[in-house]
Amino acid sequence: MRVRAQVAMVMNLDKCIGCHTCSITCKNVWTSREGMEYVWFNNVETKPGVGYPHEWENQERWNGGWERKDNGTIKPKQGARWQILTNIFSNPNLPQLDDYYEPFTFDYNTLQHAPEGSTVPTARPMSIITGEVKDKIEWGPNWDDDLGGESAERLKDVNADGIDPDRLAAFENTFLFYLPRICEHCLNPTCVASCPSGSIYKREEDGIVLVDQDKCRGWRMCVSGCPYKKIYYNWHTGKAEKCTFCYPRIESGQPTICSETCVGRLRYLGVLLYDADRIEQSASVEQEQDLYEAQLGLFLDPKDPAVQAQARQDGISDNWLEAAKRSPVYKLAVEWRLAFPLHPEYRTLPMVWYIPPLSPVSNSVKTAHAETDELPDSSSLRIPVRYLAHLLTAGKEEPIVRALDRLLAMRRYMRKKDMGGDAVMSLPRVGLSENQIEEMYRYLAIADYEDRYVIPTSHQEALSHSFDDQGSCGFSADSRFSEGVTGASLFAGKERSNAQLISVDEIRRGNRRP
Amino acid sequence: MANLHEFFFQIYPYIAGSVFLLGSVLRFERGQYTWTSDSSELLRRGTLRFGSNLFHIGVLFLFMGHVIGILMPEVFGIMGIGLRGHQLTAMISGGLFGFACLVGLVMLIHRRMTEPRIRATTRVMDLVVLIWILITLSFGLCTLYFSAQELSGSNLIPLSQWARHIMTFHGGAASFAMELPLVYQIHMVLGMTLFALIPFSRLVHIWSGFALVVYLLRPYQVMRPGLRQR
Repeated sequence: MRVRAQVAMVMNLDKCIGCHTCSITCKNVWTSREGMEYVWFNNVETKPGVGYPHEWENQERWNGGWERKDNGTIKPKQGARWQILTNIFSNPNLPQLDDYYEPFTFDYNTLQHAPEGSTVPTARPMSIITGEVKDKIEWGPNWDDDLGGESAERLKDVNADGIDPDRLAAFENTFLFYLPRICEHCLNPTCVASCPSGSIYKREEDGIVLVDQDKCRGWRMCVSGCPYKKIYYNWHTGKAEKCTFCYPRIESGQPTICSETCVGRLRYLGVLLYDADRIEQSASVEQEQDLYEAQLGLFLDPKDPAVQAQARQDGISDNWLEAAKRSPVYKLAVEWRLAFPLHPEYRTLPMVWYIPPLSPVSNSVKTAHAETDELPDSSSLRIPVRYLAHLLTAGKEEPIVRALDRLLAMRRYMRKKDMGGDAVMSLPRVGLSENQIEEMYRYLAIADYEDRYVIPTSHQEALSHSFDDQGSCGFSADSRFSEGVTGASLFAGKERSNAQLISVDEIRRGNRRP
Repeated sequence: MANLHEFFFQIYPYIAGSVFLLGSVLRFERGQYTWTSDSSELLRRGTLRFGSNLFHIGVLFLFMGHVIGILMPEVFGIMGIGLRGHQLTAMISGGLFGFACLVGLVMLIHRRMTEPRIRATTRVMDLVVLIWILITLSFGLCTLYFSAQELSGSNLIPLSQWARHIMTFHGGAASFAMELPLVYQIHMVLGMTLFALIPFSRLVHIWSGFALVVYLLRPYQVMRPGLRQR
């Protein structure tokens, strides 16, 4: 056993209202730069839907993630090392900008400077990359938000496999929920495995996966390797960038910006201890449906003295062990089995987990529930269990049903408690005690800040030489050299000032006309 | 004229080589954030599939061919191939891959000029490099005509001698280069200049390309140590 710690996340989909606040704050902090206009480290998708980039879950098309070979080992689905190198001159698995969307702004200038005329001037859309006016915006990061668009598009959703198309297409039968997505900071990341220059790495101290911006050579194999398509190519700098899990905030004990600003308070951050020796074994189990249990088996009980002793030996500090004991992620994922990994069948062992959402009673189920004040059971919910199982457990329905039953039991219990009556009756069936239900209620319904985010500060004093950092201002995408020299660069730098490229700022200032 | 020859074939190789080596080291040290292949495949693939593969495979073969054919001609002797066979091998393989490279390069230039997104994000240096390679390659292919006039392989000897004298810091190298037809000489100067352009353009990714061998030997996962190891 080799104990490692990771700050992991759980999102409670039951509470997501699809407001996109997380996406916006993330965008403002991390990706509001040239070359990154099309990039959303955090995005919120409507399910069912094809998502962003287009059909990212369809690995027949994108070849992301891992696949198990006949001999029981795994290799990246896009190819083993030598196969990846043969694609280096042109990567057939790389999504194109149009699969994300061509970033656009509007020609606001016309609104202010149009000559007097008989019609109201319009601000036409224009590409941020070429500066050309576009006739029509064809696709965007949230084109199918709230089931927008045609149902034919929605039917491409691979999670809908085996579900009556009528439940996706017909308005009165359909369902929807939101899926906020960030980088999964996997235990077995394919992006890291696919990087020919070794610039992507997982930090041992907190499990955050980062791209070394100096070492990245723009080979772009990580983009196609990641099955979640959460690594993006910055066309301006020629480097790959990804969700950083807001590591500067995590290091100082603060939640990520997407968590901090989540209006629905549905995100949880906490430490998980895991056994690093068994990662490969867990990722290579034969049956895809066993991957969820296999990953669960990696997580170690922070209250177990043997685990604690080994963890100390492996260099995990006391404040991290304390945080692990109070970890909301451990409670939700391991203790109560409410949260699940996103698409475990990709074999990446993702570390951002999801609590499946409850939903109204399905129209298609003849039920008496509506007549009484009794809550429905999990089989009569509008979101098909099979759909959630495709999303979260590689199609295995039992764990999903158990989680939904537990969520319903909690509601039933609390309702009875408030309204009077016997609240304890249904609890044995879902395998929870009264205390556990009360605690679940505290974490899920009350969801205090202190309960949601239990993040130990990191020990930067031991990790970096802060003396060397004095006088610096951290990483700046615009500094050409470490001294932050501006102006012309001898070495072909990044001053890709292009006559045709019009920055949004300039358009706002009215300096440039398209 | 003799002074000019002395400059281009005795002094300039060292200038270009120094700029290439020192410039690369300096850029690696001081501006590694700018060190990238600068792929434009994301914006629109277009004809990249064929263009890039043809160009890169062609140019890699040409590079290896020059290294072996000019710097280590003994390889042919060991294999029992004479001077004439050496020249024929060089002409046929070089011609074939040179032509593939040329086709790929023209496709790449065409893509860069005609795809609106790529054109909008192209820097001057990207074009300078592409055109410079095009000219160098064209002169290289032109030497085929002159080689065909003289199949005995007699041009190979001064070429090889010149390269050896340069590589081993010997004087008198220029006199060997003077024996060659003008087309060869122009091709050589253009080629040397191409090396000098590397540190100032996206061509630095050539270094990284050769370093990719490390990937084949590395474990899949990369982890940077935390507290314990330091």
